[in-house]
Amino acid sequence: MGIGTIRLAVALFSGAVFGLGLAVSGMADPAKVIGFLDVAGEWDPTLAFVMGGALLVTVPAFRLIFRRRRPVLGDFDLPSEKRVDARLLGGSALFGVGWGLSGFCPGPAVVALVPALATGIVPVLAFVAAMVAGMAIYERLF
Amino acid sequence: MEDFTPLSGLVGGLLIGLSTAMLMLLNGRIAGISGIVGGLLARKGSEVGWRAMFTAGLLLGALAYVLVTGGIFPVTVEVGLPVMVAAGLLVGFGTHLGSGCTSGHGVAGIARLSRRSIVATLVFMGAAILTVFVSGRVI
Repeated sequence: MGIGTIRLAVALFSGAVFGLGLAVSGMADPAKVIGFLDVAGEWDPTLAFVMGGALLVTVPAFRLIFRRRRPVLGDFDLPSEKRVDARLLGGSALFGVGWGLSGFCPGPAVVALVPALATGIVPVLAFVAAMVAGMAIYERLF
Repeated sequence: MEDFTPLSGLVGGLLIGLSTAMLMLLNGRIAGISGIVGGLLARKGSEVGWRAMFTAGLLLGALAYVLVTGGIFPVTVEVGLPVMVAAGLLVGFGTHLGSGCTSGHGVAGIARLSRRSIVATLVFMGAAILTVFVSGRVI
Protein backbone atom coordinates (compact mmCIF):
# COMPACT_ATOMS: atom_id res chain seq x y z
CA MET A 1 0.00 0.00 0.00
CA GLY A 2 1.48 3.35 -1.06
CA ILE A 3 1.64 6.50 1.04
CA GLY A 4 -1.12 8.08 -1.08
CA THR A 5 -3.52 5.26 -0.23
CA ILE A 6 -2.68 5.43 3.47
CA ARG A 7 -3.27 9.20 3.45
CA LEU A 8 -6.71 8.62 1.93
CA ALA A 9 -7.49 6.01 4.59
CA VAL A 10 -6.37 8.47 7.31
CA ALA A 11 -8.67 11.13 5.84
CA LEU A 12 -11.61 8.70 5.80
CA PHE A 13 -11.01 7.58 9.39
CA SER A 14 -10.41 11.12 10.61
CA GLY A 15 -13.63 12.26 8.93
CA ALA A 16 -15.54 9.40 10.55
CA VAL A 17 -14.24 10.31 14.04
CA PHE A 18 -15.15 13.95 13.37
CA GLY A 19 -18.66 12.99 12.21
CA LEU A 20 -19.13 10.71 15.20
CA GLY A 21 -17.98 13.52 17.50
CA LEU A 22 -20.48 15.95 15.99
CA ALA A 23 -23.28 13.39 16.36
CA VAL A 24 -22.37 12.66 20.00
CA SER A 25 -22.00 16.36 20.83
CA GLY A 26 -25.55 17.21 19.78
CA MET A 27 -24.26 20.00 17.55
CA ALA A 28 -25.88 18.52 14.43
CA ASP A 29 -29.14 19.83 15.88
CA PRO A 30 -29.58 23.48 14.84
CA ALA A 31 -32.02 24.08 17.71
CA LYS A 32 -29.27 23.17 20.18
CA VAL A 33 -26.78 25.52 18.52
CA ILE A 34 -29.35 28.33 18.55
CA GLY A 35 -29.80 27.55 22.27
CA PHE A 36 -26.13 28.45 22.73
CA LEU A 37 -26.23 31.54 20.52
CA ASP A 38 -29.38 32.83 22.25
CA VAL A 39 -27.54 34.31 25.21
CA ALA A 40 -30.56 36.41 26.20
CA GLY A 41 -32.88 33.38 26.32
CA GLU A 42 -32.65 30.03 28.11
CA TRP A 43 -28.94 29.75 27.46
CA ASP A 44 -27.57 26.26 26.72
CA PRO A 45 -23.77 26.35 27.20
CA THR A 46 -23.19 22.92 25.59
CA LEU A 47 -21.43 24.32 22.50
CA ALA A 48 -18.73 25.83 24.73
CA PHE A 49 -18.07 22.33 26.15
CA VAL A 50 -17.77 20.94 22.60
CA MET A 51 -15.25 23.58 21.53
CA GLY A 52 -13.51 23.33 24.89
CA GLY A 53 -13.26 19.54 24.59
CA ALA A 54 -11.83 19.84 21.09
CA LEU A 55 -9.28 22.48 22.15
CA LEU A 56 -8.34 20.38 25.19
CA VAL A 57 -6.93 17.88 22.66
CA THR A 58 -5.75 20.13 19.82
CA VAL A 59 -3.88 22.80 21.81
CA PRO A 60 -1.38 20.40 23.45
CA ALA A 61 -1.38 18.03 20.45
CA PHE A 62 -0.49 20.80 17.98
CA ARG A 63 2.35 21.99 20.23
CA LEU A 64 3.88 18.51 20.00
CA ILE A 65 3.04 17.99 16.32
CA PHE A 66 4.63 21.28 15.19
CA ARG A 67 7.94 20.29 16.75
CA ARG A 68 8.19 17.92 13.81
CA ARG A 69 9.60 19.11 10.49
CA ARG A 70 6.92 17.17 8.65
CA PRO A 71 3.89 15.05 9.46
CA VAL A 72 4.13 11.25 9.47
CA LEU A 73 2.96 11.11 5.84
CA GLY A 74 3.85 13.87 3.33
CA ASP A 75 4.21 17.55 4.24
CA PHE A 76 2.39 20.19 6.28
CA ASP A 77 0.04 22.44 4.32
CA LEU A 78 -0.71 25.45 6.53
CA PRO A 79 -2.05 28.95 5.77
CA SER A 80 0.74 31.51 5.45
CA GLU A 81 -1.44 34.65 5.60
CA LYS A 82 -0.91 36.56 8.85
CA ARG A 83 -2.82 39.81 8.33
CA VAL A 84 -6.28 40.39 9.72
CA ASP A 85 -7.90 41.94 6.64
CA ALA A 86 -11.34 43.01 5.42
CA ARG A 87 -11.95 39.66 3.74
CA LEU A 88 -11.41 37.76 6.97
CA LEU A 89 -13.64 40.13 8.93
CA GLY A 90 -16.37 40.47 6.28
CA GLY A 91 -16.45 36.76 5.45
CA SER A 92 -16.60 35.76 9.10
CA ALA A 93 -19.41 38.28 9.73
CA LEU A 94 -21.45 36.93 6.78
CA PHE A 95 -20.84 33.38 7.97
CA GLY A 96 -21.97 34.35 11.48
CA VAL A 97 -25.23 35.81 10.16
CA GLY A 98 -25.97 32.61 8.21
CA TRP A 99 -25.02 30.50 11.22
CA GLY A 100 -27.32 32.51 13.48
CA LEU A 101 -30.23 32.37 11.02
CA SER A 102 -30.09 28.59 10.57
CA GLY A 103 -28.14 27.13 13.50
CA PHE A 104 -25.99 25.28 10.94
CA CYS A 105 -22.30 25.65 10.24
CA PRO A 106 -20.67 23.46 7.54
CA GLY A 107 -19.76 20.30 9.53
CA PRO A 108 -23.04 19.84 11.40
CA ALA A 109 -25.03 20.52 8.21
CA VAL A 110 -23.26 17.69 6.36
CA VAL A 111 -23.58 15.32 9.33
CA ALA A 112 -27.28 16.21 9.75
CA LEU A 113 -27.96 14.82 6.26
CA VAL A 114 -27.84 11.31 7.78
CA PRO A 115 -30.62 11.57 10.42
CA ALA A 116 -32.52 13.96 8.14
CA LEU A 117 -33.00 11.05 5.73
CA ALA A 118 -35.49 9.77 8.30
CA THR A 119 -36.75 12.99 9.87
CA GLY A 120 -37.07 15.27 6.81
CA ILE A 121 -34.27 15.80 4.34
CA VAL A 122 -35.59 18.89 2.51
CA PRO A 123 -34.45 21.77 4.77
CA VAL A 124 -31.04 20.19 5.45
CA LEU A 125 -30.44 19.37 1.78
CA ALA A 126 -31.56 22.89 0.80
CA PHE A 127 -29.06 24.38 3.26
CA VAL A 128 -26.18 22.17 2.09
CA ALA A 129 -26.96 22.81 -1.61
CA ALA A 130 -27.14 26.58 -0.99
CA MET A 131 -23.90 26.41 1.03
CA VAL A 132 -22.07 24.64 -1.81
CA ALA A 133 -23.57 27.21 -4.24
CA GLY A 134 -22.30 30.03 -2.01
CA MET A 135 -18.81 28.50 -2.08
CA ALA A 136 -19.01 28.16 -5.88
CA ILE A 137 -20.12 31.80 -6.22
CA TYR A 138 -17.11 32.88 -4.16
CA GLU A 139 -14.74 30.78 -6.28
CA ARG A 140 -16.26 32.31 -9.43
CA LEU A 141 -15.95 35.90 -8.17
CA PHE A 142 -12.50 35.74 -6.56
CA MET B 1 -30.74 25.61 30.80
CA GLU B 2 -33.15 22.73 30.36
CA ASP B 3 -31.27 21.14 27.46
CA PHE B 4 -27.75 21.53 28.84
CA THR B 5 -25.78 18.33 28.05
CA PRO B 6 -22.19 19.02 29.17
CA LEU B 7 -20.97 15.40 29.21
CA SER B 8 -22.00 14.42 25.69
CA GLY B 9 -20.82 17.85 24.54
CA LEU B 10 -17.40 17.29 26.10
CA VAL B 11 -17.08 13.73 24.75
CA GLY B 12 -18.13 14.87 21.26
CA GLY B 13 -15.65 17.74 21.48
CA LEU B 14 -12.82 15.39 22.52
CA LEU B 15 -13.58 13.20 19.47
CA ILE B 16 -13.53 16.27 17.19
CA GLY B 17 -10.20 17.30 18.72
CA LEU B 18 -8.82 13.79 18.27
CA SER B 19 -9.83 13.78 14.60
CA THR B 20 -8.25 17.22 14.06
CA ALA B 21 -4.99 16.18 15.79
CA MET B 22 -4.86 12.90 13.84
CA LEU B 23 -5.26 14.61 10.46
CA MET B 24 -2.50 17.11 11.33
CA LEU B 25 -0.06 14.56 12.79
CA LEU B 26 -0.44 12.01 10.01
CA ASN B 27 -1.38 14.02 6.89
CA GLY B 28 -0.32 17.57 7.82
CA ARG B 29 -3.75 18.94 6.89
CA ILE B 30 -6.20 21.20 8.73
CA ALA B 31 -9.57 19.61 9.48
CA GLY B 32 -11.56 22.64 8.33
CA ILE B 33 -14.91 21.51 6.99
CA SER B 34 -15.69 24.57 4.84
CA GLY B 35 -12.34 24.21 3.08
CA ILE B 36 -12.71 20.45 2.74
CA VAL B 37 -16.26 20.55 1.32
CA GLY B 38 -15.52 23.60 -0.86
CA GLY B 39 -12.30 21.99 -2.03
CA LEU B 40 -14.37 19.23 -3.63
CA LEU B 41 -15.43 21.82 -6.21
CA ALA B 42 -11.84 22.51 -7.24
CA ARG B 43 -11.45 19.50 -9.55
CA LYS B 44 -7.75 20.18 -9.91
CA GLY B 45 -4.63 19.01 -8.17
CA SER B 46 -4.05 16.27 -5.66
CA GLU B 47 -6.12 17.71 -2.79
CA VAL B 48 -9.54 16.55 -3.97
CA GLY B 49 -9.18 12.85 -3.09
CA TRP B 50 -8.53 13.18 0.63
CA ARG B 51 -11.26 15.82 0.93
CA ALA B 52 -13.76 13.45 -0.67
CA MET B 53 -12.67 10.71 1.73
CA PHE B 54 -12.96 13.00 4.76
CA THR B 55 -16.45 14.11 3.67
CA ALA B 56 -17.51 10.48 3.17
CA GLY B 57 -16.10 9.81 6.65
CA LEU B 58 -18.27 12.55 8.17
CA LEU B 59 -21.38 10.81 6.81
CA LEU B 60 -20.13 7.34 7.84
CA GLY B 61 -19.37 8.57 11.37
CA ALA B 62 -22.91 9.91 11.70
CA LEU B 63 -24.28 6.65 10.28
CA ALA B 64 -22.19 4.63 12.76
CA TYR B 65 -23.66 6.66 15.61
CA VAL B 66 -27.19 5.95 14.41
CA LEU B 67 -26.50 2.22 13.98
CA VAL B 68 -24.72 1.79 17.33
CA THR B 69 -27.15 3.78 19.46
CA GLY B 70 -30.15 2.48 17.53
CA GLY B 71 -31.62 5.96 17.48
CA ILE B 72 -31.74 8.99 15.22
CA PHE B 73 -30.12 12.09 16.70
CA PRO B 74 -32.42 15.10 16.51
CA VAL B 75 -32.26 17.73 13.77
CA THR B 76 -34.78 20.42 14.63
CA VAL B 77 -35.06 23.11 11.96
CA GLU B 78 -37.15 26.01 13.22
CA VAL B 79 -37.07 28.33 10.20
CA GLY B 80 -38.63 28.12 6.75
CA LEU B 81 -37.01 26.95 3.53
CA PRO B 82 -36.22 30.46 2.13
CA VAL B 83 -34.33 31.31 5.33
CA MET B 84 -32.42 28.01 5.15
CA VAL B 85 -31.41 28.73 1.54
CA ALA B 86 -30.34 32.31 2.36
CA ALA B 87 -28.41 31.06 5.41
CA GLY B 88 -26.72 28.35 3.34
CA LEU B 89 -25.58 30.91 0.76
CA LEU B 90 -24.22 33.18 3.52
CA VAL B 91 -22.40 30.30 5.24
CA GLY B 92 -20.88 29.00 1.99
CA PHE B 93 -19.83 32.41 0.66
CA GLY B 94 -18.80 33.79 4.05
CA THR B 95 -16.64 30.84 5.09
CA HIS B 96 -14.73 30.97 1.82
CA LEU B 97 -14.29 34.75 1.89
CA GLY B 98 -13.18 34.44 5.52
CA SER B 99 -11.02 31.33 4.89
CA GLY B 100 -12.69 29.08 7.45
CA CYS B 101 -15.50 28.13 9.78
CA THR B 102 -16.05 26.78 13.29
CA SER B 103 -13.66 23.87 12.73
CA GLY B 104 -10.84 25.43 10.68
CA HIS B 105 -10.71 28.71 12.62
CA GLY B 106 -12.47 27.75 15.87
CA VAL B 107 -10.68 24.48 16.63
CA ALA B 108 -7.58 24.07 14.44
CA GLY B 109 -6.74 27.76 13.99
CA ILE B 110 -7.05 28.65 17.66
CA ALA B 111 -4.91 25.61 18.53
CA ARG B 112 -2.26 26.95 16.12
CA LEU B 113 -2.54 30.24 18.07
CA SER B 114 -3.32 31.99 14.77
CA ARG B 115 -4.31 35.61 15.36
CA ARG B 116 -6.48 35.51 12.21
CA SER B 117 -8.40 32.50 13.51
CA ILE B 118 -8.93 33.98 16.97
CA VAL B 119 -10.29 37.20 15.42
CA ALA B 120 -12.44 35.25 12.91
CA THR B 121 -13.93 33.12 15.69
CA LEU B 122 -14.82 36.19 17.77
CA VAL B 123 -16.40 37.85 14.71
CA PHE B 124 -18.55 34.91 13.58
CA MET B 125 -19.59 34.10 17.15
CA GLY B 126 -20.50 37.74 17.73
CA ALA B 127 -22.37 38.02 14.43
CA ALA B 128 -24.28 34.80 15.10
CA ILE B 129 -25.25 35.84 18.66
CA LEU B 130 -26.38 39.24 17.36
CA THR B 131 -28.35 37.59 14.53
CA VAL B 132 -30.19 35.28 16.95
CA PHE B 133 -30.88 38.19 19.27
CA VAL B 134 -32.23 40.42 16.49
CA SER B 135 -34.24 37.76 14.66
CA GLY B 136 -35.69 36.28 17.86
CA ARG B 137 -36.45 39.36 19.90
CA VAL B 138 -36.46 42.56 17.95
CA ILE B 139 -38.21 41.58 14.72
